[in-house]
This record gives sequence, C-alpha cells and structure tokens, in this order.
Amino acid sequence: MTKQLQQPGRQKSFWERNRRSQGYLLKMETRRIGYRVLRFFLLFAICFLILHPILDKFSVSVMEERDLYDSSITIFPRHLTWENYEITAQQIYYGKALFNTAWICLLVSVLQVAACTLVGYGFARFEFRLKKLWFAAVVLIIIVPPQTISTSLYLHFRYFDLFGLIPLFNAGETVNLRGSSLPYYLMSMTCMGLKNGLYIFMLRQFFSGVPQSLEEAAYVDGCSVFRTFYQVLLPEAFPVIVSCLLFSFVWQWTDTFYSRLFLGGNTLLSMQISGIADRIGNYFATQLKIATTLGRRQQFVSTATLMTIAPLLVIYLFAQRSFVESISTSGMKM
Amino acid sequence: MTGIEISAKPRRGRLTIRARREIYGYLFIAPFIIGFLVFLIQPLIDSLWMSLCDVQIDAQGIHPLYWGLTNYNKAFNIDPDFRRMMTEEVGRMVTHTLAILVVSLVIAIILNQEFKGRAFVRAVFFLPVILSSGVLVGLENNNSLMNSIQNMVQSNASIHLSDSMVEILRLSGIGTEAMDIVESLINEVQSIVMSSGIQIIVFLTGLQAIPRSLYEAADVEGCTKWESFWKITFPVISPLLIVNIIYTIIDFFMKTDNQIMDKISTTMVVKMDYGFASAMAWVYFLIVIALIGVSSLIVSKGVVRSYD
Repeated sequence: MTKQLQQPGRQKSFWERNRRSQGYLLKMETRRIGYRVLRFFLLFAICFLILHPILDKFSVSVMEERDLYDSSITIFPRHLTWENYEITAQQIYYGKALFNTAWICLLVSVLQVAACTLVGYGFARFEFRLKKLWFAAVVLIIIVPPQTISTSLYLHFRYFDLFGLIPLFNAGETVNLRGSSLPYYLMSMTCMGLKNGLYIFMLRQFFSGVPQSLEEAAYVDGCSVFRTFYQVLLPEAFPVIVSCLLFSFVWQWTDTFYSRLFLGGNTLLSMQISGIADRIGNYFATQLKIATTLGRRQQFVSTATLMTIAPLLVIYLFAQRSFVESISTSGMKM
Repeated sequence: MTGIEISAKPRRGRLTIRARREIYGYLFIAPFIIGFLVFLIQPLIDSLWMSLCDVQIDAQGIHPLYWGLTNYNKAFNIDPDFRRMMTEEVGRMVTHTLAILVVSLVIAIILNQEFKGRAFVRAVFFLPVILSSGVLVGLENNNSLMNSIQNMVQSNASIHLSDSMVEILRLSGIGTEAMDIVESLINEVQSIVMSSGIQIIVFLTGLQAIPRSLYEAADVEGCTKWESFWKITFPVISPLLIVNIIYTIIDFFMKTDNQIMDKISTTMVVKMDYGFASAMAWVYFLIVIALIGVSSLIVSKGVVRSYD
C-alpha cells in the first residue's frame, strides 16, 4: 500500500517538486551541495597539510642526488633510488637501533602502564585519607613541565643518595646513576615517566565507570582484593590498557627529552637521527672523498626520519581504532 | 531494624573493613606516592633551592651558595631576552589556544556528520598525535640553516601567494595589529592543525553524546542551525572546553620548539649555570600554572552560566 502511495511522488521531476515548494527545494538543495563541496575542500586541505611533510620526505628520500638540484622537480623524482636508505641504515645502525628502541620502549611502556593501572584502580575504587591531596598530586605531575625539574633530576642522578640513605652504606660516597638506564626504569615503575599522569587519569576514569557490583560479587565469593583486581577487573579493562600501552610505546619511541637525559647509553633511533646530518657529511668526506651539500645531507635527515617513524605508521595503521577510541571510552572529563 | 545488632566494634587486633580498604587503597597508589616524592618533589625542592643559589659544580659534587633572589633579579632585570621571550610566548600561547579550540571544535562538528571516508579523515587527523611529539618537531625546527635554504629555493621557484595577499591587505589599510595576529595564525595553520588531534577527539566524544532528537526537535520548532549550535551543542560540550584548554596550554608549553625551553636548556647544558636555569624554569612554571588557573576559572564561570 505505502509503496503505491509513495511511488507517484518520487517519479515527479525535481523541477516539478521545486515549483510546488515555491523554490524552497532548490534553495535547500543548493545549500546542501554547496556545504558538501566546501566541507570536502576543507577536509582535503587539512588532510593534505598533515600528510604533506611525510609525503614530501618520502619523495626526497627516493631521489637521486641530481634530482635535488633540478628545480623542475618538486614532488615526483625522475631518478628513483633506494641508495639513500641503504646508506642511512648503515650509518645509524638501523637494525641495532630499531631492536634497541623497540625493546626499551616495550619495557618502559609495560612498566609505566602496569604502575598506572594499579594507581588508577586505587584512585577509582578506594576511599582513603588525603585522597584529594594525592589526586591533586597526579594533576601536578601532568602540569609540571619536565624541563623544570630536569636540572635537578640530572644532578640528582649524578650524585644519587636517596634522601641521604645510600652514603650511609657506601662509605659516604654517592652513586653515579648517570648514563645507566636504571633511573628511568625506576621512574617508569613509579609513574613518573613521559605523560604518565594522563594514563593514570584515563585508567581511573575507566575503572570508575565499571559497575561496583562486579567486585562485590567477587568479594562475596571470597575473592581477595588483589585477586579481584587481576581476575575480574583487569580483563574488563583490557582495551583501555592496550591503548595506554600503545600511547606509551609510541610517545616513548619519538621522545628525545627523557631519552637524552637517561637513555643516552643505548643506541636509540630518536637519538641516532639527531646527529645524522653531520655523520653523513663525515662519512662522505672520509670514506668516499666527496663533499656533501646541505641539501644532500638534509636528504639523509629526511630518510632517517622516515625510517624512524615507519614502524609507528605501521602500528597506527593496524591499531588506529584503539588509539582513537580509548580517549572516547575513557571519556576525558574532569 | 530486625533486632539483630551487628556490632560495629571490630574484634581485638582486627581492623574494620573501612580501615582495611584504606590500607589497600594506599597499597595500590604506593608506586605513585614513592615516585612523586622521590622523583618529583625532591627535584622540585632542589631546583627551588638552587634557583636561590650560586651553584658551583666540581668533581666532588654540587655546591650551592645561597645568594637570595639574585637569579630572579637577573632573569627579570639583567638578562636581555628573558622578559621579551616570556611575553612573546605567552602571547603566542593565547592566540594559539584560542585558534586550536575553534579549529578543533569546527573539525569535530564536521567529523560528527555522516559522509564517505569519515574513518580515513579521522585517522589522518589523529596521526599528528602519534608523530609530532618528540623528534619530528625538534628536527623540523632545529634546522634553521636548512629553513633559510628552503626559503631561498621557494622564493626563487614561485611567487608566494600568501605574501602578495599580505601586501594587498596592508595597502588597503586594514589595522596592522589585527593583521599581524591573523598573519601569524595563517603562518601557523599547520602547527595548529598538527597540535589539535586530542582536542578534536575530546570534542567529538562530547558531540556524540548529544542525542539526535534534540536537534530534530529544535528543527521542528524552527531553530536555525546557528541557533541550535549555541543553544544545544555549545552548552553540552562547554565542560570539555576546560579539559581542552588545560591540555592545549600544557602541550604548548612543553613543546621543544618553545624559545624559553630552549634558553633554559642551553643555560643549563652549555653554560652550566644551574642556578639561573632553575630560576627561569620556576618563573616559567609559575606562569604556566597561573595561566591554567585563570583560564579554567574564566571558563568554568562561563560554563555555569550557560547551564542556567
């Protein structure tokens, strides 16, 4: 029945319907299409703006040297080569650096997220004295720029004494923890790593949203507090934990601040690429006896940067949902 | 109620449930407390103390000698750059934050609509969050030499559209100060878009929580889109404004391309002047906190009013 009723209306031409609505339909249709076109161009422009540096670096990195100086070439290289990648890989010890970076980032992010999960749960579910104060402390670790304390952290670990305890056992000597990565692991275990306040916040937010009855049921069945935590709540929080891990991993990967301060002894990608330009210059000068131009050296910087972020792009490609949705599900609200 | 009295008093040597929960709570947050005291409070106090001292460093250790507010005096009255940099950065921060808020809200509203390729666009917009945190930002900006060369190449290769636009607008006599702000924003479009990933998602979350029926009802009542934005969308997402403002300010001040951060780290690493570096870091930190406080106060006043 309804089909038959609707059918005649649909067959009428656009202009017929427009006439009946006294031009209103045309106006609305124009506005709708105009808006769509505008939206398309806006989004396209912004996407281009974001992707442009990456595409640009890529095109530079596959060029041969002569293409660099050819002003008629802006985007598409005329002579393709993978040589730049080979030289860069050799110069930044890519295999070793990649392995080190992956391993350290994984370790650090697991430590950080494990600690933050515990703390987040503690804040979400328990009532204790001075809770407000400690939570204010979490906010404080978010807003203290690490640079403010970097001076004293630096000296702190150079002459490490743990509130003056260590000299008591060590014949009055302080310990030099500079250059070893131990301090950073310790900091990661105690939620003081890169952006850890944010993870505590996200996890707390998530745990607050889990219905309390879940734990109560476990308690009634005789579960201890810790067992309830890891058998009932951890599986529940798995998606959020994974996305915190991803964030932590990815941010650690590109971090230079903490890496320079604590992890300088390891061959890390983020550290390797900061000196790549000079190193390439040296390599060409001493090994191949060729002087390099700035543009040429910059080409290697682009290549190295791409090689550094390539693994991240792959991770992002597969785990995109997890990244984006974590922020939505944990509902960042104050 | 039923006549059975459950004694609230615990047996000897056993804690009440409340007290036990309290202990468990502390156990769970213990890692944080330790880290906070050892790796934040102690260095923070150290650096506050050092900012009041003339710090000498030799093989034996650090020797801070108290000399009052000399370092602060140096930062404000003697150092030629610090005050200028501070005002510049704060000014940049204000325009930047406003621009990011507007841009991310607009983008979030667009992304909340149905269209083809939405997932892709969303993924692209979020990409900078993954990439632009450490290395990349530093690398793009540290190469001042490279930048100058690029500029040279570009100016030879093409006529700059934006430059000629600026010239035209200048000649037509639009107020120069407003022009400067607009111009700097246009130049920073990329960095604004690059740093609004998280904010977009936060707004988007807020927008998705608004039921469609509200808009439909408004539509039926004859509300224009503009009106329903201010009457429905804005009040609902305004609490998220505070989150985003705080996030943006922190993000802005922690970036490595920040002049002051740069100055602090060179003073510390190259000149080894720890006292002066700490003093500058503290001034900077206090200003950041004050800005966050003031802006969230203003916005929270606004939020409350919009709900009335």
